[in-house]
Amino acid sequence: MNGPHDLGGQHGLGPVAPETDEPLFHAEWEKRALGITLSCGAFGAWTIDESRHARENVAPATYLSASYYEIWIRALETLLARHGFVSAAERETGQWLEQGAAPKRVLKAEMVPAVLAAGGPCDRPLAAPAAFRVGERVRTKNFNPQTHTRLPRYARARIGTVEAVQGSFVFPDDNAHGKGENPQWLYTVVFDAAEIWGEGADPSLTVSIDAWESYLDHT
Amino acid sequence: MQHDDHHHHHDDHDNHFSEMQARVKALETVLTQKGLIDPAAIDAIVETYETKIGPRNGARVVAKAWTEPDFAEWLTRDATAAIASLGYTGRQGEHMRAVFNTPETHNLIVCTLCSCYPWAVLGLPPVWYKAPPYRARAVIDPRGVLAEFGVTLPESIKIRVWDSTAELRYLVIPERPSGTEHLDAERLADLVTRDAMIGTGLVSSSGDVR
Repeated sequence: MNGPHDLGGQHGLGPVAPETDEPLFHAEWEKRALGITLSCGAFGAWTIDESRHARENVAPATYLSASYYEIWIRALETLLARHGFVSAAERETGQWLEQGAAPKRVLKAEMVPAVLAAGGPCDRPLAAPAAFRVGERVRTKNFNPQTHTRLPRYARARIGTVEAVQGSFVFPDDNAHGKGENPQWLYTVVFDAAEIWGEGADPSLTVSIDAWESYLDHT
Repeated sequence: MQHDDHHHHHDDHDNHFSEMQARVKALETVLTQKGLIDPAAIDAIVETYETKIGPRNGARVVAKAWTEPDFAEWLTRDATAAIASLGYTGRQGEHMRAVFNTPETHNLIVCTLCSCYPWAVLGLPPVWYKAPPYRARAVIDPRGVLAEFGVTLPESIKIRVWDSTAELRYLVIPERPSGTEHLDAERLADLVTRDAMIGTGLVSSSGDVR
């Protein structure tokens, strides 16, 4: 979707403003937001791709002014309601009002080290050979789906070079919408800045994306 | 006037924070009542990222790459396995790639679409990494971004920006500063900053550059 999250190349957002001696958390609620988000992810009810898409769907004005933990919480509220775990009424009252969905698992404290150490690998074997090879010139697709995609707007309909074939991975554009993992080959594709930004681009700059096979065409 | 504006801004900020505090508290309360979360698990997650998983992990990877050519070669070929050999695995580090700065090329990591970051080696991302200005500008004006970190690179150095659009997580291996030949890996790791491993910093022999 062409949402507020797709930020590459936007102007007017101000300085980066790195903090000196930045604390790991800026408020107690951020700690809880981190833990709640990861704990609910462990339910096994949605994928990382669905959760990213829920974040992209935070209203643009809110998205651009919120901290990232706030974006997480707003998206989590959406996911918990969508999957029947916590209704809007329960969220607003902070009270258990109805029997909701049952998760595949509840993350207990003793499970945390193993769960974090395992992570969630999303490489998947694929029998079909890769369609593109290293060094090949490719053109990215021009599309504007209302659904989830990981091809940023700035890198659509651009010609670049395949720098690496990275293996085969879960395809987020499908997986975010419950259409299955449908793995595809993944490529690192590098572009000259002039191809992306045109006139006035930094001549010393190249930018790469990691692109699933269906994002690419032969030139 | 200026002081009043500043004060007013802080009031808004604090109000918003207490609003979020209440919002998150309500969510945690109902999730706990329903038996869907274990508050102790939240504590354990927070403690893990406060005390166990942070940029020190990545700094040890960098120092080992500087001191052991075989390890640097392994990082180039299979960064996930090389990094796992030091015990750094798991969430947001499942598929690692190491990119090496050279005298010709400087690498910079960003996630323009969300907040992808190599947690297993760098811990939780800083606020600026997840915020719109960095995500917007890193791919179009990296030199301007670097200047805000106090880093100015000669025009002759190429800049390569890696947008983390998939599940590969990138770690920049900065250049080893001169004058550090006498230091062992532990002392070298002390010099390696988080920002240097994102690409928004350089490593200096005195460790004084962020």
